[in-house]
Amino acid sequence: MTSSMLFNIATFSYLVSMLAFFTFLAVKSKHVGLAGSLAAYFGFIVHSAAILLRWKESYDIGMGHAPLSNLYESVVFFAWTIILIFGIIDLKYKYRVVGAFVVPFALLGMAWAQLGMDSGIQPLVPALQSNWLLYHVITCFLGYAAFAVACGISIMYLIKAGKDESVGSAQSGGIIAMFPSIKILDDLNYKAIIIGFPLLTLGIITGAAWANYAWGTYWSWDPKETWSLIVWFIYAAFLHARFTRGWVGKKAAILSIVGFAATIFCYLGVNLFLSGLHSYGGGG
Amino acid sequence: MTTSNRGFLETLWDFFCSLKLAISLLILLAATSIIGTIIPQGTPPPEYLQTISAGKYKFYQALGFFDMYHSWWFILLLYLFTVNIVACSIKRLPRVWKAISEPTLVMDDKFEKTLSLTHDFRMDGDAAALRDKMVAFLKGAFAEPVVTERDGEFHLFAQKSPYSRLGVYVVHLSIIVIFIGALIGSFFGYKAYVEIAEGTSTSVVHNRADMKPIDLGFTVRCDKFTVSFYDTGAPKEFKSLLTVIDGGKVVFDKRPVIVNDPLTYKGITFYQASYRPAEDAGLYHFTVRERKGGAPVKISIQQGERKLLSDGSTMQVLESSQEVSKFIPQFQGPAARIEVTPKGGGAPQVFIVFQNYPEFDAQRGGDLIFSYDGSEEKMFTGLQVAKDPGVWVVWAGCFLMVAGCCMAFFMSHRRVWIRVRKGEVTLGGSANKNQPGFQLAFDALVDKLKQQ
Ligand code: HEM
Repeated sequence: MTSSMLFNIATFSYLVSMLAFFTFLAVKSKHVGLAGSLAAYFGFIVHSAAILLRWKESYDIGMGHAPLSNLYESVVFFAWTIILIFGIIDLKYKYRVVGAFVVPFALLGMAWAQLGMDSGIQPLVPALQSNWLLYHVITCFLGYAAFAVACGISIMYLIKAGKDESVGSAQSGGIIAMFPSIKILDDLNYKAIIIGFPLLTLGIITGAAWANYAWGTYWSWDPKETWSLIVWFIYAAFLHARFTRGWVGKKAAILSIVGFAATIFCYLGVNLFLSGLHSYGGGG
Repeated sequence: MTTSNRGFLETLWDFFCSLKLAISLLILLAATSIIGTIIPQGTPPPEYLQTISAGKYKFYQALGFFDMYHSWWFILLLYLFTVNIVACSIKRLPRVWKAISEPTLVMDDKFEKTLSLTHDFRMDGDAAALRDKMVAFLKGAFAEPVVTERDGEFHLFAQKSPYSRLGVYVVHLSIIVIFIGALIGSFFGYKAYVEIAEGTSTSVVHNRADMKPIDLGFTVRCDKFTVSFYDTGAPKEFKSLLTVIDGGKVVFDKRPVIVNDPLTYKGITFYQASYRPAEDAGLYHFTVRERKGGAPVKISIQQGERKLLSDGSTMQVLESSQEVSKFIPQFQGPAARIEVTPKGGGAPQVFIVFQNYPEFDAQRGGDLIFSYDGSEEKMFTGLQVAKDPGVWVVWAGCFLMVAGCCMAFFMSHRRVWIRVRKGEVTLGGSANKNQPGFQLAFDALVDKLKQQ
């Protein structure tokens, strides 16, 4: 059994989970919803095992390092963190439908990594040979994942709010009826972001600490650093929007989606379109 | 002060206290920050400048887009932002402090109506006995209460984590602390760079901002620099052995400095940043023997040096290569082109010797037979040098920020009141955050009281 095979099994589980959640939206059977969650959890366990196995494999070929060192490994880890945060919210708040809007993000990541990327284990270049890599990447990606979940919830919010407006708040039928109320969605969005915000803050701080340790400057306005700050500003705006009339609800949901778009740009776009110190993640 | 003046000042104050300004500034900062990630910062490369028109160049230049994070308008935004946080906190903090230090101890009927969580019980017993029972109950199930007597009624008040209300202000304060740390660094620190050739030392580095020399006050020597590679050709490790000498005393002796493991002395830190071969500082090794016999002699010669040989001729290295096949495809490995001038002058001979073919020079037919033993190319190590006395202030700010976030997001100020009247006990509760979570806790409290 190689880690690559396990990653494929995890990817397939997420596919099953997503399909189950979509079916759940249509047929509203509790069992189908449960099946969706169980498939996601099964995938998560296999996924975790695969990451650990890949870690071990890197030692077996004499390059031992945590599997967080290139684009392939980071996408795989990102997908893992998305399912982790989804699992926490699923277990805690039990709104199964959220899965239909969150698991696809993880599936997308895994499918892209497994089908479109070179999965070879590469040695670690000197710039990445530090424990800070671990702390930095883990905190950043947990934060990103929480924002992915918030984005999924915000999309649901906008769909639901749009429907409520056109049909009248009394009854909106069909799939939308399965969604939690907009008040709950708004609250879940906030909950996901208050998990993500401190994690992103920690991610930026560990990045700054690492930069200071490795280069002697904790902040150099490198494009990746700057984009992480942009993301942070957007979510700070979101948090304050809640205390201001006229900025709650729809505007907050849009801010959350814009925030996740900026997150994705920070993660992938910066490497593809801009140049800077974080060559990491670039070509993979 | 005239009323209009007063009105103006108040309006200004309100403007700086407003949350709308905060949100606008946050979004403005996010949006403008994008510019500097698209336009190259510092001195943009000539290739980039060729891609934009002269008009655009002037425009960018005027708005400081080539160093936008230090441009007047970006700094102004940051100052506005700071004033905003300070003003807002000054306005709100006293109220929050009052809520913490002078809690409402008495739940009268009016106050009860403002609470979303209340519950009434009928209970037997006189007020004093019930009071004692309730005090014990709250102490066990929630927190130690304060008892107030008023008009023959007893009011109990208990709270948990009142200080969590300060979390938001801790976060806001942390931003100011980080700014202060950054200012300390920019006034009292520097970022510099130095290149040291192997075997040499320096006590002067150059400020990156203005290239001005900075005297370290001690000496740094580079004893050796090495690079190693993975089989794939990717670099594995860059390493300088540095010796620090202060006042004639060796403080660090051949301390390895690699990427991600710098050396710090007297608040000044040296980081492995780059390297390059020192073209004019190599040392070459040869073996020379006379054709008529005799023991071979090993000689070492520096680039540019002219060396006297046993037969009175002199030799000099003209150039060398680590891989000669680039120039002469039939041969592989290191090679050197040397010039030998006969004793007393005369036409110099120029020829190539190869490390991998030690017998090759015998075919030339000269009196001396040379073989090449390779070179020790000297390296320059490139070190980033930084001094930042503000960095610990920044880390303190970061710590406050994370701690403040946790207080603000994951803790809540929970309060419970109990009013004891004859035969009647009323429970009231409120939390400033996470109401649904508190509701569960409150219901549990009610259940527990019912069982008593
Ligand atoms: C990047 C900068 C800032 C950060 C990271 C930040 C952080 C926070 C956080 C984490 C909260 C708690 C939000 C919540 O509980 O949901 C908060 C609340 C708040 N912030 Fe900020 N803040 C920033 C800037 C500002 C500014 C410039 C103002 C100026 C008006 C401001 C005013 C407030 C107010 C009034 C609250 C609500 C306090 C309450 O609970 O009543 N913040 N801030």
